[in-house]
Amino acid sequence: MTTTSGTAKVTLPADNQIFITREFAAPRANVWRAYTEPELIKRWWAGRKGTVTSVDVDLRIGGRWRYVMTANGGFEVAFHGEFRMIDAPSLLINTEAFEGVPDPEATAGLVTVTLTERDGRTYMESLCEYPDKAVRDAVIDSGMESGMQESYDILEEVAAAL
Amino acid sequence: MARAATTTDAFNAVAEPRRRQILDLLAQGERPVNDLVALLGLAQPQVSKHLRVLREVDLVRVRDEGRHRLYRLNAEPLRPLHAWLSRYEQMWNDRFDLMDEVLADLSEEDSDDDD
Repeated sequence: MTTTSGTAKVTLPADNQIFITREFAAPRANVWRAYTEPELIKRWWAGRKGTVTSVDVDLRIGGRWRYVMTANGGFEVAFHGEFRMIDAPSLLINTEAFEGVPDPEATAGLVTVTLTERDGRTYMESLCEYPDKAVRDAVIDSGMESGMQESYDILEEVAAAL
Repeated sequence: MARAATTTDAFNAVAEPRRRQILDLLAQGERPVNDLVALLGLAQPQVSKHLRVLREVDLVRVRDEGRHRLYRLNAEPLRPLHAWLSRYEQMWNDRFDLMDEVLADLSEEDSDDDD
């Protein structure tokens, strides 16, 4: 079992920001692939909240991406955006809009992902910047939709698998 | 989350990076204000202003010892913030834990290629 499980850290460096960090026991080239290749994204992006049904990635500057998942409750959740900067395998900057709000573009975030490799391990930093604090807070609230119970269930599952 | 004045809301009080730095330093133990001034490289009035905000939301408590005023962290008001954030963090943990599995498969492919 991997020792990196459950080690993601989320902090709020500013009113309108979310900062996510995580280390992976894998070389950077592979983390980049897992993060940008549709068939691989499908395997992780929904987390435990549902199943990814569609992933489109046009990985070039100005290119669009769109992920769709069917959540466990049966409803669809979709995000899309545009790539602003690409420097494989170390830097990716893209917009990120949630399609479940009235004006997705107005509340879109800007996500900067950097990957650093050290001794065959990869350190990921993801800085998400939103138009204001209200949008940022709504994004964090959305993480609560599935509720605590589900999280505990997953913990038990993971513990049982160790 | 509704907005509240910085001085009445622990969430807002910790939105300021310098105040988070102060909390980090106090998490290591009680300190007099001079320590904080030296460690932060800020002027004393600025540090005092931040401490006042942190005291108003009860994130920092103070006691007098001889000629010193010692400041210490009281993390209790951060508990709701932690709970709020931890569910979002859990979502990313779930995603990244699945990504670990993807990465394990990719590593296997790599070593197969080497054969």
